[in-house]
Amino acid sequence: MPELGTRLTGGLRLVARKRMSTTSPINRALAPQSLAIPMTQQSGPAAVPVVEPGQTVLRGQVIGKPREARSTAVHASLSGHVTAVGRRTVPGGYQLIQTDCVEIDVDPAIHGSAPALGWPESRSERLEALRNSGIVGLGGAAFPTAAKLENNDGCHTLILNGAECEPYISCDDLLMREHAHEIIAGAKAIMELLNANACRVAIENDKPLATAAIDAAIEQLGDDRITVAKVPTIYPAGGERQLVEILTGEEVPSGKFPIACGYVCQNVGTAYAVNRLLRHGEPLLTRIVSVTGAGISEPQNVEVPIGTSIRELVDHCGGYTEDVGRLIHGGAMMGYSISTDELPITKATNCVVAAQASEVRDRYDEWPCIRCGDCAEVCPARLLPQELLRYSRSFEFAALDNFGLRDCIECGCCDVACPSQIPLTAYFRGAKHAWAKHEQHQELADTSYVRYLSKQERLQHQQAEASSFRNELKAKVAADSLSRHETIQAAIDRARKRRSADKEVLE
Amino acid sequence: MTSGPSFALRPAPHVIPVTSVPQVMRRVLLALLPATVVYVVVFGWGLLINMAVAIVFALGAEALVLRARRRPIAPSLADASAAVTAILLAFALPPLAPWWLPAIGAATAIVVAKHLYGGLGGNPFNPAMVGYVVLLISFPTEMTQWLPPAGTIEPDLQLGLAAQLSFAIAGLLPAGTGIDAITQATPLDQIKEGLGEMLTITEIRNGALYGALGGRGWEWINAAAAAGGIYLLIRGVIRWHIPVAMIAAIAICAATMHTLDSSRFLSSTFHVFSGATLLGAFFIATDPVTAAATPKGRLIYGAGIGFLTFAIRTWGGYPDGIAFAVLLMNATVPMIDRYTRPRIYGRD
Repeated sequence: MPELGTRLTGGLRLVARKRMSTTSPINRALAPQSLAIPMTQQSGPAAVPVVEPGQTVLRGQVIGKPREARSTAVHASLSGHVTAVGRRTVPGGYQLIQTDCVEIDVDPAIHGSAPALGWPESRSERLEALRNSGIVGLGGAAFPTAAKLENNDGCHTLILNGAECEPYISCDDLLMREHAHEIIAGAKAIMELLNANACRVAIENDKPLATAAIDAAIEQLGDDRITVAKVPTIYPAGGERQLVEILTGEEVPSGKFPIACGYVCQNVGTAYAVNRLLRHGEPLLTRIVSVTGAGISEPQNVEVPIGTSIRELVDHCGGYTEDVGRLIHGGAMMGYSISTDELPITKATNCVVAAQASEVRDRYDEWPCIRCGDCAEVCPARLLPQELLRYSRSFEFAALDNFGLRDCIECGCCDVACPSQIPLTAYFRGAKHAWAKHEQHQELADTSYVRYLSKQERLQHQQAEASSFRNELKAKVAADSLSRHETIQAAIDRARKRRSADKEVLE
Repeated sequence: MTSGPSFALRPAPHVIPVTSVPQVMRRVLLALLPATVVYVVVFGWGLLINMAVAIVFALGAEALVLRARRRPIAPSLADASAAVTAILLAFALPPLAPWWLPAIGAATAIVVAKHLYGGLGGNPFNPAMVGYVVLLISFPTEMTQWLPPAGTIEPDLQLGLAAQLSFAIAGLLPAGTGIDAITQATPLDQIKEGLGEMLTITEIRNGALYGALGGRGWEWINAAAAAGGIYLLIRGVIRWHIPVAMIAAIAICAATMHTLDSSRFLSSTFHVFSGATLLGAFFIATDPVTAAATPKGRLIYGAGIGFLTFAIRTWGGYPDGIAFAVLLMNATVPMIDRYTRPRIYGRD
């Protein structure tokens, strides 16, 4: 098991703060009283709720049907009675979002659960089963697993992501320690679906217990296509693009997914969920969440039914300490702060940090950029954040494109390295947002312009037609008037002739 | 349902930044301490007087300009960047100088070189070097009266703190001492003159002004600056590219010419340990605001300074060339940065 060098571009060695949540095993005793299960828990379109208020639902019963390929089914994670179906604010992958929620009053008296799902034989049926099981990537981005595995063109290696590089988060570490066999079995099933001939389990070298457990599981399975790859403990080594770089030295082309060079990354938690589906026919009903930070009385990892409120989860962990100052959905680098704990845990929630004011950044006054280049040194995308900052402030989108704003993964390394303490990532997010708006606007302007041009052309054509018609008419009238003139003249002539003839007769 | 606690909303990342501008500046000041001590031992208290005057005028000028620009004054003074400029300027001045020399230099550095270009982070040219060059061109006599290093003159001829202060403030020297009796040229100056008189390097270096590596005393100041520079490297305040490229360029140029004609050209060791080479390599060329910002660019930038320094020292009209070399390379930074942009991950 060779240890890989630090082939990661950029990155930072951060204070891990993981030990506080890794001393006790995964807590599985949480029994929430109510659930609010969002219809959007993944990147992609929402599921359609198929239950009504007052209805009784069983654990595992479908309450939201997938709408199209990139949407997944949603299930009742516990049995109970539906109390409401309506829009609510819930945590999304990168910010709070509005979506339909099914609210359930949990009733422990209801026994039994929905019938188990099957694990069919053919690939397409298995992908369909995955979609119906509601399984999404559990590393935090919540990309629908079926959609990710569907395109396996040229895939040769599955990268199982157990790197978990962000501070505080330890749910994958604990899962690997306690469920290595299930994870490896799930990985094998994913390999079959991908038709991959190798699997590399990437684990950061600060997780010896997880590494040992996975090693033992691989040995017991006796499949030499699966190997462990120790990766350096550098943030953001666990990013898909960064993992591919560390493990292979290859770079995922800009704007593409790892499949473009034959790799598919899956989180270890996802592999575990896939195994539960094929072994027990169980859809995705729970996930492991790290509840941690100095603002939590008993930091630990908890198996949480999807839809449990953060408040109930925090209470289960002994509540807040007195000097809690910030609540973060996700980790301390890429997670976002939330003002209230009355939000449900979704499939994307890998961590809830309740931090004391002293352990998180609190001052946001900045000095001018001194062009030291520390930001560029830590950027895993090899960008020049100091230049991006300048153009982000002036919204010069052409320059931002040139300097690669699209390739920014918003990892936050530049912020932490910046001696002027400029909130660079926030500027970049703002610029991306403004850019998207600008492009929309531009598109609208472009189509309007095309429409304007074709209208001009049409008008010109009409005008030309009208004027040629007018000319024709004029010519006709002119010709008509000429012939009329001639007729009249002829009549006059005839009359004159007659008159003169009459005269002659009279004379 | 009771309403729960309400938490503050702040942008990600939530991790506390690893350093700050004031901390960077404090580390630079700390790293200058060894060179300051050695300088005072070699040339007396003059450096400290120059530093004090320069700091007062730099901070005063900064406060006035910020007021005129209607910007907050306190945070800018607290970031210590003006103090660093003043101290680097003081290092470049002769130890025996009238008070108005550091005063004019510091005020020029802050007002003209720094704030006319937008203040901290906006200036294309190194403020301390602009201040130094303005003084060098405007007051050549005052700028070249250097004191002899300790150990080369009679101890009773050496000026104490009181005598240096009285010269700095009122231009008065102790009775019976003339300015020409107690000042002399720097080693680099003397070598330039000596070579002009067709002396060989060996003949010139027989004088009392020379040590084993470079100028007497100067070699120790340079060594102390390098020690401070290594501290900055370890602390991550500066990167290795600029100092290494600059020292290597000077050394390679000098070694080549020295091999061709050792009687007319100084050895690379002498170049590295004389004048402002190592102070410049670690503290002046590495000024983040005015240096190149990409790794490859820093190598080009540092090597350019090294080459120009050697060329000015060897063939130019001034004995030392660090300041001119730095300012010339400052002017090339936008172009260097443009052509050394790193390849973005996943792009051709």
